[in-house]
Amino acid sequence: MSTQIAAGSEDQREASSGPAPAAPKRRTLTLRQRIWRERWMYTFIAPGALFFLVFAYVPMLGNIVAFQDFSPFRGFSGSPWVGVDNFVGIFNDPEVLTALRNTLLIAFLQLIFAFPAPIALALLLDSLMSNRVKRMVQTVVYLPHFLSWVIVISVWQQVFGGGGLVANILGDLGVGGFDAMTNADTFKLLVVAQAIWKDVGWGTIIFFAAIAGIPQERHEAAAVDGASAWRRIWHVTLPGLIPVTMLLLILNLGNILTVGFEQLLLQQPMVGADAAQVLDTFVYFRGVLGGEWGIATAAGLLKGIIGTILVLSANKIAKKLGGEGIF
Amino acid sequence: MSAHTASLPKDVQRRKQAGLPPWLNPPPLGLRLIKALVIAVIVVTMLYPLVYVIAMSFASPEQARAGVIFPTAYSLDAYRAIFNGGTVSTGLRNSLWVTVVGTFLSLTASSMLAWGLSRTKQVPGSKAILIMVLATMFFSAGIIPNFLLVKSLGLIDSLWSLIIPGLVSAFNMIVIRNFFMNLPSELIEAARIDGAGEWRIFLQIVIPLSKPVLAVMGLFYAVSYWNTYFNALLYINDSEKWPIQVVLQQYVLAGVQIPGAYVSPDQPPPPGVTLQMAVIVLATVPILLVYPFLQRYFTKGVLTGAIKG
Repeated sequence: MSTQIAAGSEDQREASSGPAPAAPKRRTLTLRQRIWRERWMYTFIAPGALFFLVFAYVPMLGNIVAFQDFSPFRGFSGSPWVGVDNFVGIFNDPEVLTALRNTLLIAFLQLIFAFPAPIALALLLDSLMSNRVKRMVQTVVYLPHFLSWVIVISVWQQVFGGGGLVANILGDLGVGGFDAMTNADTFKLLVVAQAIWKDVGWGTIIFFAAIAGIPQERHEAAAVDGASAWRRIWHVTLPGLIPVTMLLLILNLGNILTVGFEQLLLQQPMVGADAAQVLDTFVYFRGVLGGEWGIATAAGLLKGIIGTILVLSANKIAKKLGGEGIF
Repeated sequence: MSAHTASLPKDVQRRKQAGLPPWLNPPPLGLRLIKALVIAVIVVTMLYPLVYVIAMSFASPEQARAGVIFPTAYSLDAYRAIFNGGTVSTGLRNSLWVTVVGTFLSLTASSMLAWGLSRTKQVPGSKAILIMVLATMFFSAGIIPNFLLVKSLGLIDSLWSLIIPGLVSAFNMIVIRNFFMNLPSELIEAARIDGAGEWRIFLQIVIPLSKPVLAVMGLFYAVSYWNTYFNALLYINDSEKWPIQVVLQQYVLAGVQIPGAYVSPDQPPPPGVTLQMAVIVLATVPILLVYPFLQRYFTKGVLTGAIKG
């Protein structure tokens, strides 16, 4: 392709991305020539780029519904504009407050119990001497990650629900009426337990990689200095896990308003909306099923904006504290 | 055994065999027992529910009604009844179609985009598109705008609505792109100098060399298509087009009776609980089948994506 040499000085100025002024004798292609040279690459890019444009960016425009009294029959152009009425409506809606409270409470419980669980499991598995046992346990604990929430909850229903395995065992012992799946009081803990069951194993993968990345010499030096196994975990392994833990915390913070949508949607009929309504299920029930499109979209939009702000600020804070951000 | 290794303490020998550093002290017996116990509890917690559901789906009607802890008498009636009913078979067929077609299209579109965006320095504008794609990992338009889009495209009640809106995952695309960028560049440059076009390089060199990453990403796509539930709930009203996850939700969680689920008209239908268990098993089996073959690639797949995001 070296035959396409830039001809005039005008062309050189156009290709401003190259180091043209510093090396005037360098063969520089004009932008148009570079595009023409790589024309086949655009046939690879076009379908995917079109997909993201249509299915990730065009729907953003649909959020104008949040400022309308929208109905699908009237469409975007036929629906009257209502300004920020929908947003005002959100804050005066007791159901939104319930959903927000449930969302934050579940997110908080997840952060306390479900977030550290993979770290603990990774440390435990890492301390195993036999690689064969380690691999066998990994095979088992990764598995639930691949089951859908419908399957997970169906299985839990058969084990912990009324008439399930545990209820049968307790019934034989003379304790009747056990049903963990419909108890609204303990529902949030149930949600966390399910999340741990499904994803604790999968979560260990990234921590295993971090553990493997800690230089062997550090362990050795600590051991030679007389540090016990516990002290080595505390002073060598755990500090080595801080960067990846920070990274995952940042990502989690962005998702703090998104707690197990399908998981909660599926279980809401069993425990009721007071215990199981979260922001996403509110949007679904109010908007898609209830037909209050405007207020539901406004809630979803607000949620998305807050989530994005949270990730960006968590990333900034992480960088300020001297750690690595994600971007 | 040579004199040298024999002189080492027994536990050091064992660690050497296992490839562990010799300075590592084996934990005391008590701690090892506790660890073994904890691991055993974890493994049982993960596996027993699945084993129980599979076993109960084969339980004889009497034992299923009595609610035993583990069945000892077995029967295939639940499966016979389910396949007589037809609804579950239709669900399985829909899911299979979505999974096969979806995985193929997703892999094709993702690896094409990944290759197109693999030389951002040379291809003008591709950097901007890469950023545009990456940004989608941090926001989403929300449930209702997506629903309105799919509706206006006329995809409601079409199985394509389960494929097209999630065709390319930015994360999976990045993982594939990282793999492509780590391929030996000499090979690709050599082909380019020999005059091979981009498509030829892609189809004859890049794709054959990338089988491991395509296998993992294919698994991820396939699992997500098989597990599709919410999109189907949103976009599919026609019960003939329900994927298996919606069927499962209806008959197991919502407790709707499976229509026509009997072995023969003059015989009482199998108890509801075994029917439910059998539907769970049918929805899970495909995943259990592919899982062991692809398990060894997981770590690689997850990590290449995580390292360079």
